[in-house]
Amino acid sequence: MSENQIFTDFEVVELIDEKKINFNKVLFGKNFYLINIWSSWCEPCKDESDKLLELKNDTSIMMIGINYKDKKKNALNFLKLHGDPFDQIFIDKQGTISINFGAYGVPETFLVDEDNKVLKKYIGPLNDKDVYEIKNITNH
Amino acid sequence: MVISQLGYYSLIFGLLTSVFIFFNSSIQLKKNNLVISNKTFGLIGFQFFFVFISFISLIYSFIISDFSNETVYNNSHTTKPLFYKITGTWGNHEGSLLLWLLVLTGVLLGFIFKSRNEPNNYRLLTTLFHQIIVIGFFIFVLKTSNPFNEIFPVQKEGLGLNPILQDPALGIHPPILYLGYVGTSIIFSAALASMISNYVNKSWAKNIKFWILFSWIFLTGGILLGSIWAYYELGWGGFWFWDPVENVSLMPWLSLTALLHCILTLEKREFFKKWTIVLCIITFALSMVGTFLVRSGILNSVHTFANDPSRGIYILTFLLVLVLLSFVIFITYENKNFTQKSEIFTLSKETAVLINNWFILYFLSVVLIGTIYPIFLDVILDEQISVGPPFYNKLILPFLIPFVLFMSIGPSLKWIKTNFKIGVKSFLVIVFTLILSLITVYYIGEKNIFVLLLFVGFFYLLFKSLDQFREKTKNFAQIFSHTGFSLLLISILLNSFSSKEIVKNIQVGESFTLKNEKIIFKKIAVEKEKNYESIIGFFEVLDEKNKIINLQPEIRIYNEPEMATSEASIKTTLFKDRFITINIIKDQNFFNVRYQHKPFMIWIWISTLIIMLGGMFAIFRKNKEVNI
Amino acid sequence: MKSKILLTIKILIISILISLSLKNITMASTFSEEQTINITKNLRCLICQGQTIHESNSDFAESMKKYIKGELENGKTDEEIFSSLVEKYGQWIVYDPGISRNTLLLWALPLLLFLIGGAIIGKRILKKYE
Repeated sequence: MSENQIFTDFEVVELIDEKKINFNKVLFGKNFYLINIWSSWCEPCKDESDKLLELKNDTSIMMIGINYKDKKKNALNFLKLHGDPFDQIFIDKQGTISINFGAYGVPETFLVDEDNKVLKKYIGPLNDKDVYEIKNITNH
Repeated sequence: MVISQLGYYSLIFGLLTSVFIFFNSSIQLKKNNLVISNKTFGLIGFQFFFVFISFISLIYSFIISDFSNETVYNNSHTTKPLFYKITGTWGNHEGSLLLWLLVLTGVLLGFIFKSRNEPNNYRLLTTLFHQIIVIGFFIFVLKTSNPFNEIFPVQKEGLGLNPILQDPALGIHPPILYLGYVGTSIIFSAALASMISNYVNKSWAKNIKFWILFSWIFLTGGILLGSIWAYYELGWGGFWFWDPVENVSLMPWLSLTALLHCILTLEKREFFKKWTIVLCIITFALSMVGTFLVRSGILNSVHTFANDPSRGIYILTFLLVLVLLSFVIFITYENKNFTQKSEIFTLSKETAVLINNWFILYFLSVVLIGTIYPIFLDVILDEQISVGPPFYNKLILPFLIPFVLFMSIGPSLKWIKTNFKIGVKSFLVIVFTLILSLITVYYIGEKNIFVLLLFVGFFYLLFKSLDQFREKTKNFAQIFSHTGFSLLLISILLNSFSSKEIVKNIQVGESFTLKNEKIIFKKIAVEKEKNYESIIGFFEVLDEKNKIINLQPEIRIYNEPEMATSEASIKTTLFKDRFITINIIKDQNFFNVRYQHKPFMIWIWISTLIIMLGGMFAIFRKNKEVNI
Repeated sequence: MKSKILLTIKILIISILISLSLKNITMASTFSEEQTINITKNLRCLICQGQTIHESNSDFAESMKKYIKGELENGKTDEEIFSSLVEKYGQWIVYDPGISRNTLLLWALPLLLFLIGGAIIGKRILKKYE
């Protein structure tokens, strides 16, 4: 999905209680949504977790994690070890949800606004500059 | 370290020699000497010698793993087998440009040697123009791509050669390809020289024909090696992908093929003078375009080009200078050379050659535009598109049918004028072609009328070419190359329509089937080699007659650089290849197994060799009556 | 980083060797295999070097294959799948450039050159009859 595009609807499954939900219902009630595709086996995701924790402090953003091709146990361990920045986490066992997002792999991050429009897309781990850019957008 | 320096200074001396040759030949031209002086000849020898020394020094640095040399450090490793240490010399940007220079100076030496009986001013002018190219590339190598850069402190170990390049076919692919690709430079220089010296005639055609055939044969061979490598090394059983890197070698090949037919006409009939010269220029220009595209990095992404533009901009500027120079010379000397002989009869060999060139240049334009259009679109509009096989198939395949039909009747036409009549024999050939095509289409189960037409065209060309064997004055060059070409087209078509494939994720002990065959995954073993570890899968294939065929695909994990590659296991028979690859799946307990039937694969290679054989016949045929 | 990759691969091999005794797991049915191959052969593996999705075994390509199978099972046509992927990933992902405002010249230029060439040759041959 490139910038300025709107998400179409599809079904996702939650990581913790494995409940099914439509993704459009997830994107509700906040001004911004930060969707981060991650995995416990992905090295750069470890370095990225600090940046995500920093963004968690911004209350206008809902943090959504997409756990990519992972095992539940490993994923939960990863969050315990590196901190959990997410408000909600969904699983993408086959990697097909990420294709729905138009993603290339892990890590990848999308900033979405209240109209479900993609504002920014970051391929690869977020860096300080990206975090600064995201904060700039959400604080307006 | 010392050897590396020797290589560097040898390059400098080479450049100085070139400058000296340039002025020396200019002076000699003014003097209008009747014989080329031994001095000039000797200087050209020295020039080649200097590049050769430089080249040998680089090979030596690779062999002894001299990691004070940056190129060696970046592309070699002590644990690599000797053969790949040597081939690693040209498996990188700097080394391959040194190879460019070696071939560039080598063909000039060969040309001067072979053209002893040609007019002196023609030889001198060729030398002069060639020196412009040589000097250009010397400066390019020394300024932007010096293979002898030193690094300090000296490293203990190198970074290694990309494992997929560690392969025998790919090891010799660059030298063979470059002999053809860079060989076109001498055609360019000689064409400009022949215009100025008013020598665009039959004798010139005879002289330059050797170099056209030389380049053509090696370029064909180079492309063949590249395809064979892609087939078994890249692991999915394809041999041609319309990838830009492949296209840049196909473009000069097409242009050379057109030129080849023109030069024979010029040799016989003094026809197409202007057009032949234009083709000579286009061929080398395409070589340069290819070098620009590959060496600038623009093919991977226009953005890599922007990061380090010096190499790309240099070649591009140089290319423009050469094209401009040829253009000016062409315009200036046009009237002096070309008195028009305009009479062409509708049914004649001349017309056939024209039509041949018309189609080949169309194919060339498809490949050229398909290759560079996306780059322009990206630069100008920032839009990325992919131009892949569907584009080329749609624009090339329909045109192949009339092309091969003209190609079938062309050789039996006579010079000047032919009285055409359809005899019983030609009628029988047509009937036989139709029947065979129908059987083939039925056999592969393809109902498309277009596919039938393709087969009709290709088979007709095959039979008409073979038919030439009955003629009194056999032209083996033409018979072989045309027969080879038709066989190539037939094999490719059969291959693409009746390939079968199955992909399965299985564990050891399991089996699956493809058509009437059962494929059993027997066991796996791990072996350790000097520069890699390999996981070998042992497979048994039970064919329809219950005969056992063993296949052992590998996954290799190279240590320097760390990288996993998949090695296909292939069993070739006359009618089909059995092709199998395995891959590891992450977090899973099975292997991903890809098993394929690739029909008539070996015929694709054989027919290309037959095409090359045709070219060799043309080279070794001496002063006999020549037909196209 | 690199040695970690190597380690992971080694661990994988070992785990495969250990798990060999385990019983096989049945895989999903080969639903419209031909159709899937036809689609994946015309898609670029965006994270690879000049490979199609069909040819590649990368994570991205494997997910894409599953995605396409899923879409086919949902009753989507080839066209719908291609256009939704172009929407998500851009024109770069499909190997067939198609005819659009941006690619009109790409298709037309070679054909135009063919016609011009034909005209020149035709004129030359017919000159005799004038």
